[in-house]
Amino acid sequence: MSERVPLVELRDIRVAFGGVHAVDGVTVDLFAGEVVGLVGGNGAGKTTLIKALSGAHPADSGQVLIDGEPVTITNTREAKALGVETIYQTLALADNIDAPSNVFLGRELTTRLGNLDDSAMEDATRKLMGRLNPKFLNFVVPVNSLSGGQRQSVAIARAVHFNARILIMDEPTAALGPAETKQVRELIKQLREEGLGIFLISHDIHDVFDLADRISVMLQGRLVGTVNKADVTTDEVLAMIILGKLPQEVTQKDLAELH
Amino acid sequence: MTQVSEAAEVTPTEVEKEPKSRGNLLRAMEIDFRVFGMVLALAVILIGFGIKTNGRFLEPVNMVNLAVQSVSISIIATGMTLIIVSRNIDLSVGSVVGVVSMVYAQLMHTWLPGWIGFDHPLMWVIALAVGIALGAAIGGFQGFIIAYIGVPSFIVTLGGLLAFRGATWVVTRGVTISPVDPTFKLLGGGPEGSIGGTASWIVGVFVCIAIVLFLVMNRRQRRRFGFPVRPMWAETVVGVVSCGVVLGLIWLFNAYKWPEALAQRHAEETGTTIPPGGLPAGVPWPVMLLIGVTIVMTFVATRRRFGRYVYSIGGNPEATELAGINTKWTIMKTFILIGVLCAISAAVATARLDGATLDLGEGYELYVIAAAVIGGTSFAGGIGTIPGAVLGALVMSSLAYGLSFIGLSSPIQDIVAGIVLIIAVGFDTINRRRKV
Repeated sequence: MSERVPLVELRDIRVAFGGVHAVDGVTVDLFAGEVVGLVGGNGAGKTTLIKALSGAHPADSGQVLIDGEPVTITNTREAKALGVETIYQTLALADNIDAPSNVFLGRELTTRLGNLDDSAMEDATRKLMGRLNPKFLNFVVPVNSLSGGQRQSVAIARAVHFNARILIMDEPTAALGPAETKQVRELIKQLREEGLGIFLISHDIHDVFDLADRISVMLQGRLVGTVNKADVTTDEVLAMIILGKLPQEVTQKDLAELH
Repeated sequence: MTQVSEAAEVTPTEVEKEPKSRGNLLRAMEIDFRVFGMVLALAVILIGFGIKTNGRFLEPVNMVNLAVQSVSISIIATGMTLIIVSRNIDLSVGSVVGVVSMVYAQLMHTWLPGWIGFDHPLMWVIALAVGIALGAAIGGFQGFIIAYIGVPSFIVTLGGLLAFRGATWVVTRGVTISPVDPTFKLLGGGPEGSIGGTASWIVGVFVCIAIVLFLVMNRRQRRRFGFPVRPMWAETVVGVVSCGVVLGLIWLFNAYKWPEALAQRHAEETGTTIPPGGLPAGVPWPVMLLIGVTIVMTFVATRRRFGRYVYSIGGNPEATELAGINTKWTIMKTFILIGVLCAISAAVATARLDGATLDLGEGYELYVIAAAVIGGTSFAGGIGTIPGAVLGALVMSSLAYGLSFIGLSSPIQDIVAGIVLIIAVGFDTINRRRKV
């Protein structure tokens, strides 16, 4: 890589649950205007690793650097203050309240007297949705009455509204239909153009190949390696995911076994 | 004026073009279907008992008594709604009412007179302040154990139910304490504890002005942002009906006259004359208190961050935590709040009794929870409204009052109350399932 300072660096991150090393000395980085795909099987430690950055579960040891400066992130509020926004696999929406309330949850707009300014929040959400998903029109109903794609739009709106610089997307298309998946993909490309750094966690190897610039592969809590998408094939990445071998270590026999 | 605004109303954002369907009328007015159902149930109960008793049940004195009786339950039910919305429960409310009531009585009967003398003008203020502080402390203590230590609220408040009932006994060593300060007693209602006829009309007019102002401001705010607004006719209907209900209630409270002998004495003491047809009592103080509590609690639940977080915790506790919200402190605050409401409720109950008995507040927890649930609060969390809970309490009270009025014994009343609770929630469950 060039002389540029990475937007985010996770150095030697370790997280253990009891005696189990969920993440064991993983180092990854992310540049502005780049999508890094984070892939691996179930229990590989992708989500746990990323929680160290999102603040949902701080690492036991290791360093988080943003713009080359070490930072401490012990909760989601600190992460958000540093411009790190997360879209969780579960979306983490409060289903019983409406879209504007979810978008602004924890960061409500208030009047001078400290009362909730629902009109201003609805207005901002309408403008935001006009950009992200113009078909979205349900601003006053609880989000549990929305479709999967619309709910996803709410979660994305919440992440991008507050000038995020770093976006973590955990399985953003897992629960979506084809049209909605396409829409989310377009949005990810658009956000990358705008200069955000995006960590994309996904099971879907096609998603990752379509969107990511680099791919980091994890297996059993360890980093197998990080590769440029342009340099590898899907089979080679599959070999990394399943066998834990880098492309140069993989034999023809290994590849045959994969199929 | 009306002409101009009418013309300005016609914009593409009107919701009138919505597809016609069942309940369209209600939807246009943005009236909650559940609230409408409860008002209907209340009307059926009142009219039903009215017919059964040849109208005697509907006499003003009964309506006023019924309203005053429901106050203690209603006040706590507003807080219980937030507790249940955030997926907790408070079983200790009845015992907290008991212990706070005993403290009120002891303060005014035994402890304070020794310091400041009987009939001190600030006696009732001091007593109320101490009681409310005690309620907040008890709520905060239980809330701390629930939120920060993580003991389930069911267990903590079940312990509270036992412990505070015991504490009530300890405070008095087992005797009934009476009477209380005469000013404090006004909180209990009755002719003396009402605000009077003229004041009632003034209050009524003020409330009507407030309703109209609220509707106008709300509409203006939505138009300013270009949001859809309800059609003008719906707005007018909502305004007229609300004001009509308010003035009707004022009329009802004023139709209740002082008993003749009492009125005579009151007139002599204050040097006024009794108008022909009797001296109207007006809105009882406890009802004024309930109206105030309902407005404040509704405001807190819908217009403040705290309320928003209570609802989002009920909808998704993990998501609320991930949004960076201090969910533990929020939960603890809901318990402090219900402790304060218990203290206010205890003040009304103590004033009504003119003293404190050992069993005061016993069984409140069940009525309060039933009121919240009949009012549409869901045990799954995240759903429930403050006005709904108050209406639920009114439904429960009118049923209980009506049953005892027609002479049914208290065990039969309990049976009916239990059945009604299950039917109400059953309807709600079916209704909700159909919607999803």
